[in-house]
Amino acid sequence: MNRSAYETVKLARSNRRPTGLDFLHGVFTDFFELHGDRRFGDDASVVGGLAELEGKNVTVIAIEKGHSIRERMLRSFGAPQPEGYRKALRLMKQAEKFHRPVICLIDTSGAYCGIGAEERGQGQAIAENLMEMMTLRTPVISLLIGEGGSGGALALAVADRVWMLEDAIYSVISPEGCASILWKDAKRAPEAAQQLKLTAQDALAGGMIERIIPEEGLGKPEFYESLRHELSAELAGLLAMDVQALLEARYQRFRRIGKEREA
Amino acid sequence: MPFPKFIFQPRNELEQGGRSAAPVQSDEREPEKTCPNCHKAVPLSRLWANRNVCSCGYHFRMGVRARLRYLADKDSFTELFGEVGSGDPLEFPGYADKLEMTRTSSREEEAVLCGTVRIEGQPCCLFLMEPYFMMGSMGSAVGERITRLFEYALEHRLSVVGFTVSGGARMQEGLYSLMQMAKTSGAVKRHSDAGLFYLTVLTDPTTGGVTASFAMEGDIILAEPGATVGFAGARVIEQTTRKALPKGFQTAEFLLEHGFVDAIVPRSEQRALIARLLRVHAAEGGEDA
Repeated sequence: MNRSAYETVKLARSNRRPTGLDFLHGVFTDFFELHGDRRFGDDASVVGGLAELEGKNVTVIAIEKGHSIRERMLRSFGAPQPEGYRKALRLMKQAEKFHRPVICLIDTSGAYCGIGAEERGQGQAIAENLMEMMTLRTPVISLLIGEGGSGGALALAVADRVWMLEDAIYSVISPEGCASILWKDAKRAPEAAQQLKLTAQDALAGGMIERIIPEEGLGKPEFYESLRHELSAELAGLLAMDVQALLEARYQRFRRIGKEREA
Repeated sequence: MPFPKFIFQPRNELEQGGRSAAPVQSDEREPEKTCPNCHKAVPLSRLWANRNVCSCGYHFRMGVRARLRYLADKDSFTELFGEVGSGDPLEFPGYADKLEMTRTSSREEEAVLCGTVRIEGQPCCLFLMEPYFMMGSMGSAVGERITRLFEYALEHRLSVVGFTVSGGARMQEGLYSLMQMAKTSGAVKRHSDAGLFYLTVLTDPTTGGVTASFAMEGDIILAEPGATVGFAGARVIEQTTRKALPKGFQTAEFLLEHGFVDAIVPRSEQRALIARLLRVHAAEGGEDA
């Protein structure tokens, strides 16, 4: 594969790519949407609810970007508000109570950047998810299907398994943001994309994800079917684990990530 | 008579006896800093004697050593995990040089200083983030030091007090930096689940990935007056939304109004208040720091 990192960024962002809801309806059956965070409102960029995965009850949470321009605006281009993260946490806590596993479908350029989001504690909402997901007493699998934009993506990715689609990206900052901060020139984004090591291959090599999902037949029924089998098999393994062991493994999964030097 | 006066009037400095005879002010005068709030020039010695706070109440930024001096009981601080330093995991262009330069100029090894300390006799674990080390940005080493501190505090049943200042995750370490948000949050959660106390003090500026992780996870969250605290950068928000930002947006006072901090505490009152909160929340069986 001789594609540049920035070409992958463009593929991950492409509006021809299946969105969170496409995945949700492709992989799961009998979806019933549950709205609202019970605190302030209902964020349309985060969709969650009950569903079945090969006959098993699960909680599914998806970040949805939308297809048409009208829908994209309604869903604020898949950039969640604090209410979106709080709704997700509410549904995860519900799943924990009723011993349902959780599957998160992530596709966001990042958490919503706006006055209201700051007023309602965007940082606090993400921080709470990171903390609470770490000890959620039920299996969690997160799937990065397109853009994995920084803290806004991580807030749904403190999971037992994190998988990435072949052309998805996962990054601490957008290549444009990085280039404009470091070199005062957003046009150098392709260079930044290369340096940020944001492809699925990079994330796998760094131990941030466990699996890369090949994109052959992306969006076709066979693609979703094979993903359904993979998720189902993985969940069966996680559900067979003792909860304490599951939580210890989740903690260690993140505990070991970091490359520092010891003097 | 006006005429002789005109003749003997000195025409330049030299005729007055030369430059050396004039009072030399610029060299002898103490260095000073202009306060961005009241616009007065404050001599540095007076500023330092007043914990870097101007007489108008403006809180200047403060390095970790100066902060330690007013917070900690004398000679009570023991540094922990000082051996953990930043690598360059992505071989990011310019990062290694920048680290080296920053280490020299700040005389610190990393953007956070961790250790055990006593505050008015109360033992606790303490972390102080360093504004003069890449603006307190969090890479692997910062995440590792903070995680180890919470694990140490859990093992020894100690409270943690943390002063945050950060531009966010350190982008030169890419995903390694991002993952530190989850790693530190996990350590905070374990410490919290054991019934132990964590106090954060948000100082100027606390933003990005640090706001969205351990800064906002304290049992009690204090802030310094006027500190900028937020998730997204104000300029980015202005450019994205094309709306004028409300007055005082993302200040400590703004967060207090919206319910995200417990209290705003000036530096002069911090030591006594922190000691009190540590006394109130001291854990059973906690060890001496």
